[in-house]
Amino acid sequence: MAKVTIKIEGIPFEVEAGLTILEAAKACGFEIPSLCAFNHGECSKGSCRVCLVEATGARGLVAACVYPVAEGMEITISSPKATAARRTSVELLLSNHNKNCQQCEKNGKCELLHVAKLTGARDDMYLGEQTPTTLDKLTPSIVRDTSKCILCGRCVERCKNAHGLGILGFEQRGFNTIVAPAEDRSFASSPCILCGQCVSVCPTGALMEVSEIDKVDEAMKAGKYVVVQTAPAVRAALGEEFGMPIGTLVTGKMVAALKRLGFKKVFDTNFAADLTIMEEATELLNRIQNGGKLPMITSCSPGWVNYAEYNYGDLLPHLSSCKSPHEMFGAILKSYYCGKNGIDPKDMFVVSIMPCTAKKSEKERPELSVNGLPDVDAVLTTRELGKLIKRSGINFVKLPDAEFDNDIVGDYTGAGVIFGTTGGVMEAALRTAAYKLSGKELTKVELEEVRGFDGIKEAAYDLGGKTVKVAVAHGMKNAKVLLDQIRAGKSEYQFIEIMGCPGGCIAGGGQPYVQPCFLPNEDANILDTYKAKRASALYQEDESRALRVSHKNPQIIELYNAYLGEPNSHKAHELLHTTYTAREKYKN
Amino acid sequence: MAHLQAAAVEKINAICDRYVNETTPLMMILSDIQKEYGYIPLEVQELVSARTGVSVADIYGVVTFYSFFSLTPKGKYVIGVCLGTACYVKGAQQIVDKFSEVIGIKPGETSADGLFTLDALRCIGACGIAPAVTINGKVYPKLTVDAVPKIVEEYKAMEANA
Repeated sequence: MAKVTIKIEGIPFEVEAGLTILEAAKACGFEIPSLCAFNHGECSKGSCRVCLVEATGARGLVAACVYPVAEGMEITISSPKATAARRTSVELLLSNHNKNCQQCEKNGKCELLHVAKLTGARDDMYLGEQTPTTLDKLTPSIVRDTSKCILCGRCVERCKNAHGLGILGFEQRGFNTIVAPAEDRSFASSPCILCGQCVSVCPTGALMEVSEIDKVDEAMKAGKYVVVQTAPAVRAALGEEFGMPIGTLVTGKMVAALKRLGFKKVFDTNFAADLTIMEEATELLNRIQNGGKLPMITSCSPGWVNYAEYNYGDLLPHLSSCKSPHEMFGAILKSYYCGKNGIDPKDMFVVSIMPCTAKKSEKERPELSVNGLPDVDAVLTTRELGKLIKRSGINFVKLPDAEFDNDIVGDYTGAGVIFGTTGGVMEAALRTAAYKLSGKELTKVELEEVRGFDGIKEAAYDLGGKTVKVAVAHGMKNAKVLLDQIRAGKSEYQFIEIMGCPGGCIAGGGQPYVQPCFLPNEDANILDTYKAKRASALYQEDESRALRVSHKNPQIIELYNAYLGEPNSHKAHELLHTTYTAREKYKN
Repeated sequence: MAHLQAAAVEKINAICDRYVNETTPLMMILSDIQKEYGYIPLEVQELVSARTGVSVADIYGVVTFYSFFSLTPKGKYVIGVCLGTACYVKGAQQIVDKFSEVIGIKPGETSADGLFTLDALRCIGACGIAPAVTINGKVYPKLTVDAVPKIVEEYKAMEANA
């Protein structure tokens, strides 16, 4: 790589040619106050004008995030001219911003407030007209409040990069410009899959999850029998809300915190992940043996299910009819568990802690209920759980570890844990399918071929003399490739795992924000590595479990013996399976 | 997309296919559709999206950015009053106001009978004949407020006799 010699603040450095000033400065140990470059250039580049610096050879000040370094260039960050210009840029952004910071849910994680502090932006420097705003609270998942939007475009880019979707875009012109779905529609009447990837990159409070903390409070206050379950990915990220390094496994502390918060029982969704595997592996074998629709596609990710219903209505018969694990758990809790413990299911209130915003909408689906009772009553994101713990006077970092409840349900195997990362459901299902097809356990349960973060992973396994070809995709852009193959009748696979978010649930739209500006102790390339770090926490827990295949979970075996009969039985179908409906994209 | 007639779907797909070899075909496609139908509603944008792979939000963004494109049907006669600097100082605002008063619509609107659309334009580059007005491409130079009712009447009469 060619090098150029530049000076930053009068100090000479040799840097790679082709870098932007912002990248070069970072490599040389400088932090130019900026918004967009914090997020891998996922923004409409150069538009926010926060990172202005002086550079010789340029006319006027330049935006460091887009201006390339050149041989002999002298860059000045700290001159009065540059500092005043950056301050003015932020003051202009603030002049069209709803500054109710104290009430804002993003307070503490707001990157705009952060650069306002860094640049010394003053209050109300530019008063005047404000752009007309839209507040969209119609979906149970995501709130869009354009009064907080600074038009950085990160959400627009993320929606495109992750899913090839482009639900959000810039519309209108000049002062009236807003970021919105076409026609400034609600997410509810556009083909948004509610995955929350846009939420996870928004620097301000313009895109946020719909908070359900109040709902949980009310249920507690009303004296309901409030139980909680936690998805696998939550334990791999919750610690970050309390300043712990990314990739710290906090299972024990999380359980301890939930017990202190007053939940009657604290269960692990992994139990239901094992149950899902029993149902899904059986369904797969039935389809293979009885000429059913193949390839079968997993159905755990509600973002993916939304995408399928909007875009591939013709392929819905390929989706496994299995409910997602937390919904299965809710159904079992309100039937089997309530029955065994003499609890009226009407009094039970099931809270799911999920890394996901789409789960909030999923739980509202009428088909995910039994006898008129929803399987799950409230869904909190990992971030909301962080807030709940913080307001309750719990010192999370110092909590002693506690164990999940597992009186008759709640025990789990390593197979359930890895559901939280891309390839995990596939791996867990194959561990059990191999046994069911051949009658023998796999000699090595780690299936490396389906691990890792390649957009599409494929593998072929010999299961009891039968070759099963599988594929794994995460993010809808990748999923589309596999789906178009099926549509064209050219798919070679029998089983496909699809997860809505790139990386799977560990990088879900409800997970703690990864904002390098607030993570001074993490590596500089943390945006490239955080998914792998969180995933390795899950693989670590998988390895630590004595049982690592779902069909050996003793409580699952007992559940079938005592209650469900066998996998895919009539009773199992009633409680654990669901249906899908093709949906119109832009519905009026 | 349920409301579009089969012939329209075919026509719009054909327009899209004219530019398959272009790297950035969107403006040309939208321009052709605007000329063909006079407006580009969301259903049509969805169709263009499906054909080209450009997201609906991006297409909507382009349609709402350029004033040349319209989301609602334009009238049979599109009156464009230039409000560029030269026309403005020569009294173009009064001309727009007069058209508004005579037809009973605001700039940007279309009359209920579908006959007229009134557009307030940026400089159309005809400063030498300010204030300038165009109606379906026909230029009315150095227009006076008093001449406005007569022009509107002429078009109405033309329509009545057609």
